[in-house]
Amino acid sequence: MSYDRAITVFSPDGHLFQVDYAQEAVKKGSTAVGVRGKNVVVLGVEKKIVAKLQEDRTVRKICSLDDNVFMAFAGLTADARIIVNRARVECQSHRLTVEDPATVEYITRYISSIKQRYTQSNGRRPFGISSLIVGFDFDGTPHLYQTDPSGTYHAWKANAIGRSAKTVREFLEKNYKEDMESDTDTIKLAIRALLEVVQSGGKNIELAIMKRDESMKMLAQEEIEEYVTAIETEKQKKT
Amino acid sequence: MALLDVCGISDWVKEDGFNAERASVDKVNHFNFAAQTPELAVPVGVDPAEFLRPLVDSEEGVDGVKINLEHGTTTLAFKFQHGVMVAVDSRASAGSYVSTQMFKKVIEINPFLLGTMSGSAADCVYWERVLAKECRIYKLRNKERISVSAASKLLANMVVNYRGMGLSMGTMICGWDKKGPGLYYVDDNGLRLCGNMFSTGSGNTYAYGVMDSGYRYDLSVPEAYDLAQRAIFHATHRDAYSGGTVNMYHMRETGWIKVSQEDVGDLYHRFFNEKK
Repeated sequence: MSYDRAITVFSPDGHLFQVDYAQEAVKKGSTAVGVRGKNVVVLGVEKKIVAKLQEDRTVRKICSLDDNVFMAFAGLTADARIIVNRARVECQSHRLTVEDPATVEYITRYISSIKQRYTQSNGRRPFGISSLIVGFDFDGTPHLYQTDPSGTYHAWKANAIGRSAKTVREFLEKNYKEDMESDTDTIKLAIRALLEVVQSGGKNIELAIMKRDESMKMLAQEEIEEYVTAIETEKQKKT
Repeated sequence: MALLDVCGISDWVKEDGFNAERASVDKVNHFNFAAQTPELAVPVGVDPAEFLRPLVDSEEGVDGVKINLEHGTTTLAFKFQHGVMVAVDSRASAGSYVSTQMFKKVIEINPFLLGTMSGSAADCVYWERVLAKECRIYKLRNKERISVSAASKLLANMVVNYRGMGLSMGTMICGWDKKGPGLYYVDDNGLRLCGNMFSTGSGNTYAYGVMDSGYRYDLSVPEAYDLAQRAIFHATHRDAYSGGTVNMYHMRETGWIKVSQEDVGDLYHRFFNEKK
């Protein structure tokens, strides 16, 4: 147990305990869900219940990194702010040097390499966030990537991070259909997945979508309520 | 850091705190495309341009020694409906001495990217090989070939670090990428231009004359080959510092092909006989 002080040290059984603890911190964060459809990519997050006097709009868990990429995270908000800032600068730097927008994979790789560097350096702790990064490459292919505090990243068709991620992921596995042509189906899947774990329905969901060749759009509360009502009606029909 | 505080060292060591740029966490960076880590070290306290001037520009040189930097070339490239034509001569000269008639002035970076060289042979060869290295690393990291605009930008960013230090390089980066045929002119000042037709070197005015009078976007492939070859030939005929052979490449959607390598003497007789 004394191997968790300086994180550059391995434990005898090959663990980096600080990285594991960072992953625990992620599990305490509010849920985020990402779904990759054919022509649209969707990110949904569980909105934390804010205090009465707190302004609702200052808590933003979905951030755009560039015109074609945006991300959501689960874990320590302050750490995420740093990562988002660095990623935004890197996106612009890529545009300047290469004259093309960064691909989703490139920016994911950049974020992961930052996270990895902080797991292999003295005096620093790993970033306590996992992120879901979605977007379209400039040739039109949609992507969804997930990064975690250890600095690894994987591509997913649909995934969830944060509190109750396991439950949501199982729901997604059961309900994800390979060729979801319609944008509405993709959005509904993300909302249904979030509704599994979010208390009190549509009020606590924040959703962002991006269609190919369009910029990111945060759905307004009324639009989310429409989808939620449609989902409830479908559920009623089935039972 | 805690240990520094305990030893009392942090009082007299100016720690920058967590200046992100210089922290060791951020030193290793695979994402700066060679732009910030200069590949060639410049000696401290020496202004390379001033150092070179007496050796190169003055009549007697320094202690009777004069360095004749290799200059003199004609290269050209133009876009047309079937891709990009690239044609170069092959003479390397040092002052009035012809070093070789068989110098390769086109560097084949990858099957879809070519770079031409004019100016100082050493500068061109060195920097374009560094560019080729960066293009290979890009392909390994990103699993796809680098675009022509990115490659030309890399080269321009690399040489702009040495601006004013006496580099002499005029190059054209030609290729075919996802956006179609690409042609960029890059020179030692860091100037980078996208265009449909360029010619560089001491014989470029002669080549422009021939190219401009015969160029149309809808040239057929044999017509384009003929135009490119003629333009270089006429430049070698009049410019003392161009000659040797005309090396011609054609950049197509499936990659470049080397069209021909003909001695300008043979070309002279061919064109002369045509006129009869």
